[in-house]
Amino acid sequence: MSGIVRYGSYVPFNRIQRSAIGAGRGERAAASYDEDSASMAVEASREALRELPEGAAVDTVAFASTSAPYFEKLNAATLQAATNLPKSVTALDLGGSTRSGLSALLAGIDMASAGRTVLVAASDVVVGAPSGPRESGGGDAAAAFVLGANGTEPVARLIGRASCTEEVLDVWKSPGMPFAKQWEERFGADVYTPLLVETFGRALADAGVSASDLSKVVLDGTNARVFRGFLRPAGIAPEQILDGLAGTVGRAGSAHAGLVLASALDGASAGDRIAVAVVADGVDVAVFEVTDAIDGGRPKHSVASWVESKRNDLAYTTYLKWREVLPFEPPRRPDPDRPAAPPMQRAERWKFGFLGSRCNRCGNTNLPPQRVCVVCQAVDDSTVEPYADGECRISTYTLDRLAYSLQPPVIGAVVDFDKGGRMLCQLTDVDPDNVGIGDELEMTFRRLYTAGGVHNYFWKARPKR
Amino acid sequence: MASKGICDRVAIVGMGCTKFGEHWNRSASDLLVDAVQEAYGSAGIEPDNVDAYWLGTTGSGISGLTLSEPLKIQYKPVTRLENMCATGSEAIRNAAYAVASGAYDLVMAVGVEKLKDSGFSGLTGSAPPGDGTESGMTAPANFSLLAPAYAEKYGVDLETMRDVLTQIAYKNHYNGARNEKAQFQREVPIEKINASPKVAGMLGIMDCSGVSDGSAAAVICRAEDAHKYNDNPIFIKALSFVAGPSEGAKRQDYDFTTFPEVVESARDAYVQAGIEDPREQISMAEVHDCFTPTELVLMEDLGFSPRGQAWKDTMDGRFDLDGEQPVNPDGGLKSFGHPIGASGLRMMYEMWLQLRGEAGERQIADPKLGLTHNLGGAPGRCVSFVSVVGL
Repeated sequence: MSGIVRYGSYVPFNRIQRSAIGAGRGERAAASYDEDSASMAVEASREALRELPEGAAVDTVAFASTSAPYFEKLNAATLQAATNLPKSVTALDLGGSTRSGLSALLAGIDMASAGRTVLVAASDVVVGAPSGPRESGGGDAAAAFVLGANGTEPVARLIGRASCTEEVLDVWKSPGMPFAKQWEERFGADVYTPLLVETFGRALADAGVSASDLSKVVLDGTNARVFRGFLRPAGIAPEQILDGLAGTVGRAGSAHAGLVLASALDGASAGDRIAVAVVADGVDVAVFEVTDAIDGGRPKHSVASWVESKRNDLAYTTYLKWREVLPFEPPRRPDPDRPAAPPMQRAERWKFGFLGSRCNRCGNTNLPPQRVCVVCQAVDDSTVEPYADGECRISTYTLDRLAYSLQPPVIGAVVDFDKGGRMLCQLTDVDPDNVGIGDELEMTFRRLYTAGGVHNYFWKARPKR
Repeated sequence: MASKGICDRVAIVGMGCTKFGEHWNRSASDLLVDAVQEAYGSAGIEPDNVDAYWLGTTGSGISGLTLSEPLKIQYKPVTRLENMCATGSEAIRNAAYAVASGAYDLVMAVGVEKLKDSGFSGLTGSAPPGDGTESGMTAPANFSLLAPAYAEKYGVDLETMRDVLTQIAYKNHYNGARNEKAQFQREVPIEKINASPKVAGMLGIMDCSGVSDGSAAAVICRAEDAHKYNDNPIFIKALSFVAGPSEGAKRQDYDFTTFPEVVESARDAYVQAGIEDPREQISMAEVHDCFTPTELVLMEDLGFSPRGQAWKDTMDGRFDLDGEQPVNPDGGLKSFGHPIGASGLRMMYEMWLQLRGEAGERQIADPKLGLTHNLGGAPGRCVSFVSVVGL
């Protein structure tokens, strides 16, 4: 039976304290100024794709988000290019509801049952109107799953599922609206709770298990009030409910159920049964059974490790500036140039795939890839050398207080890779007062800036997380 | 394999240079008219006498029309050229080679830049359409990498390093204060330099050259004709130019304490001029002090100081106006200002004044050989020009 072959998650480095917003306790994760839902999806996907088992070759890519960087232009193509998946993949974007993350996961499993191997990445940057509940309760994160069957041993099999779709005005955002709106919560709870009870029951029946057989239950939705009246009729004990990361991350839109499922898998043992339910414009429920493969199938970063790795003093005004809610005085420098389509296409393997070259004659590595080797001047005699996972460190660096950035100063570093090769690149997710020569770095896919409506993606280096 | 050189075969017989600064009421065309008219007068010639022109500008115009139109040059060849911040020097080099070849008898090298119309801080450029993967770092950030690297390599603590950089800025403002054409004509107290707002790394605003408008021009002919135009011509001993392969930006063995491009262009120039010991033989130099640590590193790359010793020579006053080997006697990019296309010619203008004994309060006693050095780009990825001139 089909299931999850590998999974990965991503929580950005910055947190804003809810007390800084004046709304409640705990903190929420905030995508940095150089991140969006596509770049975070790449980070989560890299986690899921890092060590695929033999025989698992991804041939389908799906990107689910309610905050896709482009309304028109395939965001899944960015994901494909940045993860160096073959161009022969089938690629699709999904959205429209924060249920799209789990819907995409279920659709991916259906495709896997038909013989495909599917990367599903769900990612959201949740921006609420200032001082509203969506702003303080939302969070930014991404989750990714590789779904497969036949020949690959999944870490968790789908053993049951059920869905329900309801035409209801709960959360909505139409073109031109800067922020989503939500109808009165009491109304949503009254509509959704019975739907959830009924759909959840169908899913358990499909799996042939009872509520007490579930090790963990992941509950997610637009309206937390829905779950108050759910546990008792569904026969679920409060201790079965997994921590929904509300106090540490916030609800990360379409990525949230996947993120919490990833945290369940981080701590799961073979035989565990995990139910995931998302309530938004209806209900999706999936029931998984964890397999023996789980111990060899966990990603490099657990959800907990992402959550612990943070800087948690983000100022509210800075956050609003990053989300383009608050206008601000730009530096007295020219706006950055819109990147041009033909050069981006020519440089795709460097710009997105972060592939350098290695000289066949002298072995030197060249970043970006060079036709003429910088050491021995051999011409057109090199092989592709991947760098995205390359170990690297700071050779020297500087703080640039003049360069254009939403978060000055720009930290420019001369980065040397352990496998050879040097590049001058920007550091991100770093405290300018806490940078040193020799610091170990890792590469991360980022949106450098947006100019003329074009998002300029490229790689930066960050201190190891 | 090196340039053969044109030592003593070409002379400069007239020069002009505008004041550098924020010329809100002067266009690039106005500045060109001012500099070129002064140069005509200096050589005692009429526009008709000039056979061809080379105009250097990085962004204040394209094509030879930038010069021919405002000056109404009557159907003569005008070449517009660009080589980053070494643009002005390239105008001199190409013009000099043209008369040396015999193709022309009398030519003019002109440089201009109008930077202050943009409304931005620092330099702005227009790169061709790109893939968006450039680092986006500014010039001060790139050059700021030199200071900590130098300090670490030679065991100079960062406080001392700060003093060295401050001394360079202080010296160049001291010299510029004695120059009526400089952008900044005031001495700047040490404390003010140390306390200037940070721009990049260790560098504050007072470590950066002045962003300004200006123009300069030189009239050039073969040596045998020089005295037809001027009783006190100066003679070109060497012209060298190097464009590097950008190794430092790509190879891990580059350590940001030297410009290999400068080392090579200096070596070539010294061969052309027959100089064996630049520390002793070069009387004075105008060098590319775009940022204070650049000047420090250049002292070693040009052979004025042994490796690791330039910071001591700087603090000992070797490069002061009254020192053994004055550097940037006119105030340099730091104090005279840096209108990019004009800077190489401005450096030559100081050599012209000094060698002819016309530098007034700044006059260096009995200079024999002067050097100009012009750099474009950034550490690890640059072009470099060196000239040697004398009587």
